[in-house]
Amino acid sequence: MVKVLVLLKLVPDVVEEPEIAADGRSLDPSSVRLVVSERDEHALEEALLLKERYGGTVTAVALDVPEVDDVLFTALAKGADRAVKVSGVEPGMSTWAAAAALARTLRVTPGLLPADLILTGVQAIDDLDGQTGPVVARLLELPYVSMVSRVEVDPAGHEAVVAREYAGGVTGTFEVRLPVVLGVQSAEKPPRYVPVARVRAAMKAQRLEVLPAAVEEEPAHLEVLQLSKPQVGGGAVMLEGSPEEVAAQICDLLRERGLV
Amino acid sequence: MAGDIWVLVEQWRGQVTDVTYEVLALGRELATATGGSLQAVLLGPGVAEVPPSLGAADGVLVAENTALGEPEPDLYALVLAQVIPRRQPEALLIPQTNALMGCGPLLAARLGLSCINSCRDVHLDQGRLLARCLLYGGKVEAAVVPERTPVVLGILPGARPREQGRIDRTPPCAAVSVDLPATPPVQFRGYTEPPPGDVDITREDVLVAVGRGIQRQENVALAEELAAALGGAVCGSRPVVDQGWLPASRQVGTSGMIVEPQMYLALGISGAPEHVEGMKRARLIIAINTDPRAPIFGVAHYGVTADLFDIVPLLIDRIRAARQKAAS
Ligand SMILES: Cc1cc2nc3c(=O)[nH]c(=O)nc-3n(C[C@H](O)[C@H](O)[C@H](O)COP(=O)(O)OP(=O)(O)OC[C@H]3O[C@@H](n4cnc5c(N)ncnc54)[C@H](O)[C@@H]3O)c2cc1C
Repeated sequence: MVKVLVLLKLVPDVVEEPEIAADGRSLDPSSVRLVVSERDEHALEEALLLKERYGGTVTAVALDVPEVDDVLFTALAKGADRAVKVSGVEPGMSTWAAAAALARTLRVTPGLLPADLILTGVQAIDDLDGQTGPVVARLLELPYVSMVSRVEVDPAGHEAVVAREYAGGVTGTFEVRLPVVLGVQSAEKPPRYVPVARVRAAMKAQRLEVLPAAVEEEPAHLEVLQLSKPQVGGGAVMLEGSPEEVAAQICDLLRERGLV
Repeated sequence: MAGDIWVLVEQWRGQVTDVTYEVLALGRELATATGGSLQAVLLGPGVAEVPPSLGAADGVLVAENTALGEPEPDLYALVLAQVIPRRQPEALLIPQTNALMGCGPLLAARLGLSCINSCRDVHLDQGRLLARCLLYGGKVEAAVVPERTPVVLGILPGARPREQGRIDRTPPCAAVSVDLPATPPVQFRGYTEPPPGDVDITREDVLVAVGRGIQRQENVALAEELAAALGGAVCGSRPVVDQGWLPASRQVGTSGMIVEPQMYLALGISGAPEHVEGMKRARLIIAINTDPRAPIFGVAHYGVTADLFDIVPLLIDRIRAARQKAAS
């Protein structure tokens, strides 16, 4: 039996072009739709796989931001046992402040800790400091392993063996004492899909627990002066024309280089 | 030691990695600007093994401990958290790689320092360190300053040419003492090589790469067809591998393979920094993407704003015809 907490974060969906707000330092909220961070989806999947293998419970935890209910109900529909929404946080807070709010809330809320494993994505696309996992680990005084791609648990021995991803497809294996915070890079299997009907059913049958955030004044660590569209050095020569014309131009480029 | 710039040396499997030299080159520029010295920080089991190639640095700080044989971010952070308060550098630059991922944030969290990740450049601006970071998959750049120093900076691969930071001259070295727990909570057990047997994409001259824009597993066959016509192989971005549509051996990028083919055709790949690092050295890069602002067009030599499904079938026909003509 393992008790797993998964920390989920919502980030702008960059399939749509993010627009910079008038202040020049943030994204225009009307230009972005929030979705669960891709790596966090893998963290949730790994947690559900652990529960299937060892028994136990999975609790999904997320800060209250727009769209969060959908994300938490989806976690329930996928097989999480509990979904906790941490409310009363400032929008647009730094990763550090958000992680600290999560960690402090976990600590003061009865029934959430101790957990054997706390899983979260290794990084999110809007992280300036990449700190969710590390800050939670520090504040809870737990070890942290990042880039995790597999977890095996020996609950009796209070330890886990985790695999980490390196360059070139190499995997490293580590032994770690439980409890531990893990930054998940990829789950052992692709994140499962749940049909919308199951999410709707979860919305009817299950409920979200709402907890007030335990916030303390966090020091500001960074100041964002400006957001901009990145300068690209050189950039591509763009091929124009109908699909036929473009295909012909590509073919010519390859022929010039002796590739066809 | 105000103004000193430190660079954490990444040693993996006994070798100083290329990205370390890139970061040393950036560190050298910063130290010149701040008027401080550039120190390479080497954690490892033996002082005797300081690599002479670290000559870009003015000195090497060595923390010796048998537990530090392989990069282990949690342990590294514990060690650095002992050394930084004693010597107070202006900035510690850490290569942002898989092996060191988490080290900077863990260290910053331990000491309450500012941490800025995903930096593609850092310079001195009106007396402050100003970092330029790539966010949102490379679609937005942020100009960021730390609220306090020392600051921990995660530097993306490719910030400077590695040759600039690789100087053969053994710099003077100073040992620093550190305390580690007898049994650290995270312990290294070993490495496993990727399973062999599949195509080695690092040896292919022509690569057709598919990203999430390929949309479904069945569509990968279209890329296979194109690769077959070209006499090359198919590779892909991380999401395609995460979905199980291609084996892990075909992943290009920081956690996958670094490829340098004659031609890299990127189909429906946005061009996130972690992907670009794996393919930017290809001789010819052609990208097809529906989004005219996709960052991949910044590294590609030629680009097409179009639906890949409109172009690829026509391209397959053309290449087959060209081949037939050449053969007859
Ligand atoms: C620690 C870490 C390590 C990572 N390592 C790697 C790595 O090794 N390799 C890697 O690739 N990624 C890696 N990533 C992930 C990386 O950040 C990106 O998420 C990933 O590269 C995006 O893949 P993509 O371009 O295929 O998908 P997306 O970013 O989703 O892009 C899909 C693109 O397809 C385009 N498109 C959609 N439909 C069509 C169509 N019909 N025709 C043409 N274009 C279309 C869209 O405009 C879009 O630009 C890593 C991430 C982290 C956090």
